[in-house]
Amino acid sequence: MCLGVPGRILDLQEGPLRLGRVAFGPTVKEVSLACVPEAIPGEWVVVHAGLALERLDEAEARRVFESLAELEAGWGERP
Amino acid sequence: MSPDPFALACPRPLRHDTVQMAHGGGGRLMKELIEGVFLPALGTDPQGLHDSAVVEAGGARLAFTTDGFVVHPRRFPGGDLGELAVYGTVNDLAMAGARPLALSAAFILEEGLPFDELAGLVASMKAAADRCGVRIVTGDTKVVDRGKADGAFITTTGLGLVPAGVEVHPRRVRPGDAVLVTGDLGRHGIAVMSVREGLAFETPIASDCGPVHHLAAALLDAGLDIHCLRDPTRGGLASVLNEIATAAGVAIEAREDAVPVDEAVAAACEILGLDPLYVACEGRMVAFLPGAQAERALALLRAHPEGAGAAVVGRVVEGPAGRVTLRTTLGTARLLDLLSGEQLPRIC
Amino acid sequence: MKFVDEYRDGSAARTLAEAIRRKVTRPWTLMEVCGGQTHGIVRYGLDELLPPEVSLLHGPGCPVCVTPVAIIDQALAIAARPGVTFCSFGDMLRVPGSAEDLFAVKSRGADVRVVYSPLDALALARELPGREVVFFAVGFETTAPANALAVAQGEREGLANFSILVSHVRVPPALEAILASPRRRVDGFLAAGHVCAVMGTEEYVPLAAKHRVPIVVTAFEPVDLLQGILMAVSQLEEGRAEVENQYARLVQAGGNRPAQALIGEVFQGVDRTWRGIGPIPDSGLGLRPAYAAFDAARRFGVEGVGGPESAACQSGLVLQGLLKPMDCPAFGKACTPDHPLGATMVSAEGACAAYFRYRRFEPVEAP
Repeated sequence: MCLGVPGRILDLQEGPLRLGRVAFGPTVKEVSLACVPEAIPGEWVVVHAGLALERLDEAEARRVFESLAELEAGWGERP
Repeated sequence: MSPDPFALACPRPLRHDTVQMAHGGGGRLMKELIEGVFLPALGTDPQGLHDSAVVEAGGARLAFTTDGFVVHPRRFPGGDLGELAVYGTVNDLAMAGARPLALSAAFILEEGLPFDELAGLVASMKAAADRCGVRIVTGDTKVVDRGKADGAFITTTGLGLVPAGVEVHPRRVRPGDAVLVTGDLGRHGIAVMSVREGLAFETPIASDCGPVHHLAAALLDAGLDIHCLRDPTRGGLASVLNEIATAAGVAIEAREDAVPVDEAVAAACEILGLDPLYVACEGRMVAFLPGAQAERALALLRAHPEGAGAAVVGRVVEGPAGRVTLRTTLGTARLLDLLSGEQLPRIC
Repeated sequence: MKFVDEYRDGSAARTLAEAIRRKVTRPWTLMEVCGGQTHGIVRYGLDELLPPEVSLLHGPGCPVCVTPVAIIDQALAIAARPGVTFCSFGDMLRVPGSAEDLFAVKSRGADVRVVYSPLDALALARELPGREVVFFAVGFETTAPANALAVAQGEREGLANFSILVSHVRVPPALEAILASPRRRVDGFLAAGHVCAVMGTEEYVPLAAKHRVPIVVTAFEPVDLLQGILMAVSQLEEGRAEVENQYARLVQAGGNRPAQALIGEVFQGVDRTWRGIGPIPDSGLGLRPAYAAFDAARRFGVEGVGGPESAACQSGLVLQGLLKPMDCPAFGKACTPDHPLGATMVSAEGACAAYFRYRRFEPVEAP
């Protein structure tokens, strides 16, 4: 359930809906940033049904791939 | 509590006793409508169905086709209803290997349609016809009460000449054929969706709406043995592959990583939960020809600006008739099925 | 797209599949809770990459699938009213109620519109002050903040012509129901990443401890799903039963507090009936009395509307992981996406529809 797509905040207007433009690659959509009150332009968020659910942590995003490298290093050779 | 699996319940099956939107969506329900209502009453072409019928008259082979255009909104990034009505029919003629000769245009207009808008649509029809080297030679106009039509509907009918020796038809598709597309997919569908109320988004994508008859001619004039051509409109590439695999009694394998899709189209599809393989094009062509001729065909197509993005996306293989499989980017295989109707944006 | 494409990388996926092969010593059955995960698994053919010891079952996490017939019937009744503009996510339009679906009501002249967000429905209510604009608020915890925001904003603006038909459900009570079943087959769960982005991971800790079952919060792309499977298999092989977080780039243990506050302001816990599973206590969300004016069921007096569910299909077994779609005798025969017997064949996320679209390598008989 719950299609969520990562995008980068381009700009936003403070207000109860905290509407902002979020770029998904070259495609841009207006969404509400009401649930990510600290998020600022340039940051990444995951958007579901017109609402940003949460900010995306870029360091944690890289961790997935670092753990892969550790796995392979542990095997000594590529499968 | 623990659910009792035997108290479970589900809805009754739905059978339709009226026409639903999905019956025009280019998927399985449309196929059911054609095979269940039109063909039994009106009969069928013994040659099998294609984008244009070919009829012989006085020694000449004439391609004959008709198409209704109801796009909403009537103006969209990269085109409008008028030019779409010309290119759509010119392209359907070209899919039978024909050179377009003449078009007719029938207008159903809703009272209250601004004259300025109508003049704009007609001017873009004229420009599109000039670009294709074809004339609109006859027509008809009906006006209906306000509320009985959505502004303007246009139906065009086309007549074309099939050159001697040319035979382009799904029945000629056979194992060993390569499957080519002339450019990246899904632009038209995404461009139209980007200006729909309730879904609107900003995108650099313009519709690919345009003619492909010159691309078809480039392949045929070079003497390539073109087995079949089809423009991937409603239902996109996936529906074309399913239709051809069924009509030709073959199986088709497509490669996901070979299918050209622009980054902005892919992004819009992510947001709306759509698969670009099912999104409509209005200026692309899918070609089936012997695998050994694929490289030459690619070079010929890429010599034209509209064919610059041409690519081989799959091949025809022995296998159960009508089966289309997709080799995913991970190297696994999955079925590429015909949808019921149009793809719907989803939340999940 | 950044943060999407790299998680679909074939080489990373193969490395993870190899790691799972090296780890596994005996058969394990995992359930991915969320329909989006099911869609990803089947669309990318991930089951082909897994060793035979690992079986995947598809869970109940498809809001379109679990919305009960009665509420679909209420939606149909409201949409058919003159003066109503009924807005919905696209995939709800084909879900059958007891006699028909929203498309059929639309074909008789109802104003039924597909929107991307409840906020789009709110905007329509502003634009069309002479019409009653109703949004079909289905979904799990992920969708609840967006729906709550639309209602709270409607209240702030004093929009008297906006209301929502609510059918919200929550994941933990459904997992509890599946785990408590005497026929339970599930050894571990991949929990739904976006639900946990909103709600956090803490409410899963007692579930994991009570039922001795690993729960790995997992995202939706192939690399994520395979990593989630690896983490769950590792726990099982090592005899652990913990809550772990594969989706650390988005999900925090406490979840999103502003989103939770918004849900708490507008919604409260209610009992819900799940299509195919039955009633589960305190498993849903309904509007608080303070927001009763926005309750479409009340506004249009359809609370009593709703036919019973008939017993024609086995989607409840599928939703609980007790039956694989292709083992159902109706699959691909009496039941297809064109003529669905059950909700799991309707939604693109439904396990049956996903199998029909992507894995049905045998020809289908005409219904």
